Amino acid sequence: MLKNIGSKIVSSIDERYDLTPVRNLLQHKKVPEHRHSVWYYMGGVTLFLFIVQLLTGILLLLYYRPGEDSAYESVRFIVTEVKFGWLIRNVHSWSANLLVLFAFVHMFSVFFSKAYQKPRELTWITGFIILVFSLAFGFSGYLLPWNELAFFATKVGTDIVGVVPVIGQPLKVLLRGGEDVTGATLSRFFGIHVAILPAIFTFFLALHLLFIQRQGMHEPEEFKNLPEEKKKYIPFFPDFALKDFLLWVVVFNVLIFLALYFPWELGNKADAFASAPKGIRPEWYFMFMFQSLKFLPAHILFIEGELLGVLFFGVAGLVWMMVPYIKIKHRSGWKFQPLTLIGIFVVIFIVIMTVLGYLL
Amino acid sequence: MRTRVFYLSTTVLLTIFLFGFAFQKTDNKTKQTPKVDNCLSCHKDIDDMPQGYSDYDVHRQAGLTCASCHGGDPSSTDQEAAMSPAKGYAGVPKRKDIPKFCGKCHSNIDYMRIYQPRIATDQVTQYYTSMHGKKLMAGDENVAECASCHTAHSIFPVKDPRATVYKLNIPSTCNKCHGNSELMKKYNLPSNQLEEYSKSVHGIALLKQNDLGAPACNDCHGNHGAMPPGITSISHVCGMCHSSNMEYFNATKMAKAFAEQDFHGCEQCHGNHGVQKPTDDMVGVGKNSKCVDCHDKGDVGYVAAEKIEAEIVQLKNNYDAATNKFLEVREKGMNDVDIGFLLQDAKQNLIQSRTLVHTFDPAKVVVKTKDGMNITNKAIMLSDKEISEYYTRRNGFAAATLAFLVIVIALYLKIKDKEKRKQA
Amino acid sequence: MKINRRKFLNSILGIGGIGGILSIFYPIVSYLIPPKMAEPKVNSVKAGSTSDFAANSYKIVKFGRKPVILIKTVDNQYKALSASCTHLDCIVQYKSDTKQIWCACHNGIYDLNGRNISGPPPRPLEQYDVKIVKDEIVITKMG
Repeated sequence: MLKNIGSKIVSSIDERYDLTPVRNLLQHKKVPEHRHSVWYYMGGVTLFLFIVQLLTGILLLLYYRPGEDSAYESVRFIVTEVKFGWLIRNVHSWSANLLVLFAFVHMFSVFFSKAYQKPRELTWITGFIILVFSLAFGFSGYLLPWNELAFFATKVGTDIVGVVPVIGQPLKVLLRGGEDVTGATLSRFFGIHVAILPAIFTFFLALHLLFIQRQGMHEPEEFKNLPEEKKKYIPFFPDFALKDFLLWVVVFNVLIFLALYFPWELGNKADAFASAPKGIRPEWYFMFMFQSLKFLPAHILFIEGELLGVLFFGVAGLVWMMVPYIKIKHRSGWKFQPLTLIGIFVVIFIVIMTVLGYLL
Repeated sequence: MRTRVFYLSTTVLLTIFLFGFAFQKTDNKTKQTPKVDNCLSCHKDIDDMPQGYSDYDVHRQAGLTCASCHGGDPSSTDQEAAMSPAKGYAGVPKRKDIPKFCGKCHSNIDYMRIYQPRIATDQVTQYYTSMHGKKLMAGDENVAECASCHTAHSIFPVKDPRATVYKLNIPSTCNKCHGNSELMKKYNLPSNQLEEYSKSVHGIALLKQNDLGAPACNDCHGNHGAMPPGITSISHVCGMCHSSNMEYFNATKMAKAFAEQDFHGCEQCHGNHGVQKPTDDMVGVGKNSKCVDCHDKGDVGYVAAEKIEAEIVQLKNNYDAATNKFLEVREKGMNDVDIGFLLQDAKQNLIQSRTLVHTFDPAKVVVKTKDGMNITNKAIMLSDKEISEYYTRRNGFAAATLAFLVIVIALYLKIKDKEKRKQA
Repeated sequence: MKINRRKFLNSILGIGGIGGILSIFYPIVSYLIPPKMAEPKVNSVKAGSTSDFAANSYKIVKFGRKPVILIKTVDNQYKALSASCTHLDCIVQYKSDTKQIWCACHNGIYDLNGRNISGPPPRPLEQYDVKIVKDEIVITKMG
């Protein structure tokens, strides 16, 4: 019965809008199967977490009130008074962190499997932009509960922007909505977090997904070199989709587990005139940058150390984004490809700096 | 154009006028001090200034000069002439004359009114009623006179934190003499009052927490009329702040009994300088009980004491239990607003039942403790509800996990089946 | 047999699915239902009707997390002030004989505008606005 209604609806839509492309995509899209197939799921999980963010974010908007003397109170209200408010808020915070984590994993898996190479340069670039915007989401969202830790972390974070020559100071003022982190900053971050970022993010996400659907899944070198009969594929629909879905359910369950057993503290309300509390630190995904900046000496030659660090990370980010266009000739004597080596170095650097950030 | 000129000139005129006014004002001020004050300038020149002299002294700030108190002629540069008794020079007053010396002005309302319309002028009269004043009159030069507390040449108004008689400074000011055991021995007085006071609930409030509402020495002993409070006045002294306690106590039979026995009112149980925050076992029949000092097992008072303590301890324990639950609710991030209100009420009840101890009537105490018990029980019930809700979250999570687990297993088997079918 | 197994798996999946959907939608729907106290920050509180409030009397009203003393004066005016004594946080009361606010703990006295006029209290009591809307007393934050 249900099936009949379903197919009737589909055929009536088909009649009017011609669903052939969709049907083709569903029927013909296939996913290569090999020992590195597991990485194909990382992007999907990231997408799932983004959907979770979207939904929980909308729900939080119903009760959240930006503003110096209502933000903290409203978050407190959400976690104490509103039924399941604690769950929604904690899922939102946990999902944000997992999203960034999976985005990083996804990015490095793509990097090491060289999936960014021609013809997928633009997929890489849009992906990188999405990652940067996820970080911006995290940074702006961190301030919204208006608690002590967030307040000072934002202060430090925006201070770093101010180091950049010429545009740094105006940019800092623009970000903060004034000279200092105040209620104005909160309104601004709120606007950025719930309106500006979602719009831009969705656009690039759509592009990213569109590119993937047009080009199909990337096949790694060793898979491509296999003789045709040894190449194994599974259809995207329903096989891969089912597996994807299974993973999503598991991730979701882990998410609510974390939300329940490791809730995010609300802490004390931000007070601009209080002295900075101990242990102000940025969110973990900024830690490696924060820690490296701390390690830099005050002056390197005649340039301020911090400025050099900020510039370095800026340039490094740009280079990373442009990786598909970088060609380093591979000589036959080398065991590893130079880019892979650089990638390994970057991963080690990030891991070490992050760990040091938490240990020191 | 014209209007502009008009505005401009008006502004200029107005400015000039205001400036003139301002200058005139300062002129007025300087008029009060004579043009030449040779006492001050000479004494400064020869570096012979009185000990502890301050330019910010209240008298100097009011425009008085050396001569205003000490007499003489400040306009003369000749020492002989300036400091001749003929010109009213009084010199340094002897200790026993100081009260009268200050009283020349301070007891004269017509004069004092010029400076402060509401100022009291009975200080000297009061002083002579005090122990200090009586002894001074009798020729004892060791006792405190005006300058002992107020200083001679750096006197500040009592509200000025620099004043030796500012509330926070009073204990140490009194202690200058009263902490001197040599001196106090002569009068058969103890000298450890400050030490005791600093450890008392009042001393901690005043000296450590800077609570200006807490009593300093003079709040109980008086200042100019300083005396130890008498047995009859002691409960009135304490009752100035602890008014309900006094009211309840005075209405009891016990108050009369105390008076007959020459007991010292509040002090009898609470002590004086070292008064501590009372504990609940001060009533009852235990080791720290004050009641058993007089009441023996079997008499009515003994039974009452036992009952009162039991009631209050029960409420206190229940209040503590409720507070702990409240903190747990808070820590778990559950709703604590209503519980907080109940606790506020309960605390009020606890305070009131402790105050009602002074009726020595278990029936009256029970009324309050009963209320308190009801409130704390309600708070505990509400907390338990919140805490149990916290744990039902876990049950909810377990249920959801079960559902998800079913999905995961079913999906997994389905996928496996599909793969098998394909291979087949 | 194969078909049966497939059917069985599908129905299990269906049951799990319904459970999963329930465990997602139950929290969401509960979340959408407005809580008892509809706002995080209390800016106004209804304090009953004017008619059941006798002149020259008072009551303590909960204002968010803070107690507020609401007084109806002899000439039928309303005054609302923080009820926490500024000395050591006891709850103050209105004395109908002296027409003052009194804290029993240490005999602190405030006037009807909340000014500390005698005893240990170091500061005045915070004032609240009182408005009468159709015979109902509404207390709001000042300013």
